[in-house]
Amino acid sequence: MSKTLFDKVWDSHVVNSIENGPQILYIDKHLIHEVTSPQAFNELEDRKIPILRPNQIVATADHNTPTQNQEKPVEDELSRKQLAQLSENCKKNNITLYELGHKYNGIVHVMAPELGVTQPGLTMVCGDSHTSTHGAFGAIAFGIGTSQVAQVFASQCLLLTKPKSLRVTVNGKLKNGVLPKDVILYIIAKLGTNSGTGYFCEYAGNVFEEMSMEGRMTVCNMSIEMGARGGMIAPDQTTFDYVEGREFAPKGEAFKNKVAYWKTLPTDKDAKFDKEYHFDAQDIEPMITYGTNPGMGIKISEYIPEVSDASFEKSLKYMDFKKGESLINKPINFVFIGSCTNSRIEDFRVAANYIKGKQKANNVTAWLVPGSKQVEAQIIEEGLKTVFEDAGFELRQPGCSACLAMNDDKIPQGEYCVSTSNRNFEGRQGQGSRTILASPLVAAATAIEGKIIDITKQLN
Amino acid sequence: MEKFTTLQSTAIPLNIENVDTDQIIPARFLKATDRQGFGNNVFRDWRYHKDGSVNSDFVLNNPKYSGSILVAGDNFGCGSSREHAAWAITDFGFKVVVSSFFADIFKGNALNNGLLPIQVTDVCLKALLAQIEKHPETVIEVNLENQTILAKDINLLAHFEIDPYKKTCMINGYDDIDYLVNNIKLIEAFEAQKTY
Repeated sequence: MSKTLFDKVWDSHVVNSIENGPQILYIDKHLIHEVTSPQAFNELEDRKIPILRPNQIVATADHNTPTQNQEKPVEDELSRKQLAQLSENCKKNNITLYELGHKYNGIVHVMAPELGVTQPGLTMVCGDSHTSTHGAFGAIAFGIGTSQVAQVFASQCLLLTKPKSLRVTVNGKLKNGVLPKDVILYIIAKLGTNSGTGYFCEYAGNVFEEMSMEGRMTVCNMSIEMGARGGMIAPDQTTFDYVEGREFAPKGEAFKNKVAYWKTLPTDKDAKFDKEYHFDAQDIEPMITYGTNPGMGIKISEYIPEVSDASFEKSLKYMDFKKGESLINKPINFVFIGSCTNSRIEDFRVAANYIKGKQKANNVTAWLVPGSKQVEAQIIEEGLKTVFEDAGFELRQPGCSACLAMNDDKIPQGEYCVSTSNRNFEGRQGQGSRTILASPLVAAATAIEGKIIDITKQLN
Repeated sequence: MEKFTTLQSTAIPLNIENVDTDQIIPARFLKATDRQGFGNNVFRDWRYHKDGSVNSDFVLNNPKYSGSILVAGDNFGCGSSREHAAWAITDFGFKVVVSSFFADIFKGNALNNGLLPIQVTDVCLKALLAQIEKHPETVIEVNLENQTILAKDINLLAHFEIDPYKKTCMINGYDDIDYLVNNIKLIEAFEAQKTY
């Protein structure tokens, strides 16, 4: 029978099926971080259950870490305790941890692919909804709650009902200046924030085939913002080239054998999906959001739609925007380039390329936060740090930072922030803050101009 | 996990769509390393103004409404995977959340914590919200065995779906860890012969 990429990976990981119930799904790699793991460690300790496969777990500290002075003790007491608890839990249970300051430390969804932990055909989980990122490699990867973290600790498995399948196909040539972030913001704006709930999504078409791994990760990362537990892209030569030679990637003959297997994974020609959508790449333009969920997005040159709905109006009131209004020329005082969506080297190259030779607007506070120590090192090595600093930007140390504002990187009450992150929820970047999601290019242009500009005019 | 069979209670209407987990429990409260106490900060930025004063316009602060059932707008629990959202809602005293649609991860987290997510039709949700908003004393009866939700005052009886396995877990107070740990031999056998 013809199978989808998702079917092939899922079916090969089913340990058993409960009659009229879920299946036991085997999990190959379990990523953990300081915020959603402590209660799971406690749970197992309380129930005197050992961790079954510590060597299949990789830990990092990212959500609740400072982006300045990482070499000094963490100032915030609660954060310091949470980080110490992760270190202690990992040590006690023989789990590999890349803690703050380690050369491999970084946002879990940036550092794991960099190290080659992420590979095609695997099942991967993490107590973080943006685990969908790893689907860019043709892995089944999804976010889980802390009870499930404990389940994987105890059994290396989860009890799950197989989700339905969805395919989003985008063919054609992308316009100049349209980045992977615009592609996914466009898809979510078209389909809405709950269109993918209950589904696993495959992205297909030449647009994704031609994307770098960094771009594919940006797309898959935001699958959860349309409700899909995960997103996947078929592994191909781009994937294999990225994985080859990385720390945990198979080597030599073993790698060749893996590649031969990975080549069998793409969706069969006549496989059926429960739901399909098709879009034309030519219709996509640089995108921007105006509301308080990622589905409330428009092309940057468009106007806020006129919708009569209480939730829509509540959202606009929070953002202090009006129906029918354009966002062009809105003054912006904060810009954030970072997060597991857009903090990879490619994102900083895009920003640096635009910024080079220009000066940041005086009214703007701009934070550039690399996704990992390795990205940070590469920024320095490629001379991008100098470009940023010459233009008046601040390059911070790696972490989740202002994406969720768990640390001190908070946007003040009432301020707008043009952000390359993934969620524009009320208060997401700090109490009362107002988030406008965009690509690294739009964010960089906003920082230079001190206001939102119609970037398409500069590009064409 | 606490057992759940039936519940009779008044309900609190939260007539807002797309309630995300950042609203249920903002990230700045996720620094704790145990499960208790999150109820103090549930819907924190809607319940309180930034200066710490109570926002009396928010429904959870309205003395008219009380009960252990939360009736909320479409697409409840979207956003992050933080189970702290389910902990915060249960810690505040809710045992049931009713909506016309739940985000996947939230729904799973709720079921793993003995919090019953009941999905009803849009029409049913609107009728419930309208009734509770007008008549806060309305009693709602939930029966998990029969998979029904009943509001006698408006003759509303709706059936809801739940995975049969999860239903058994909730009625008996079992969780997935119990099941999985009992199947370790099967899991080890899978590891020994996996083909990928």
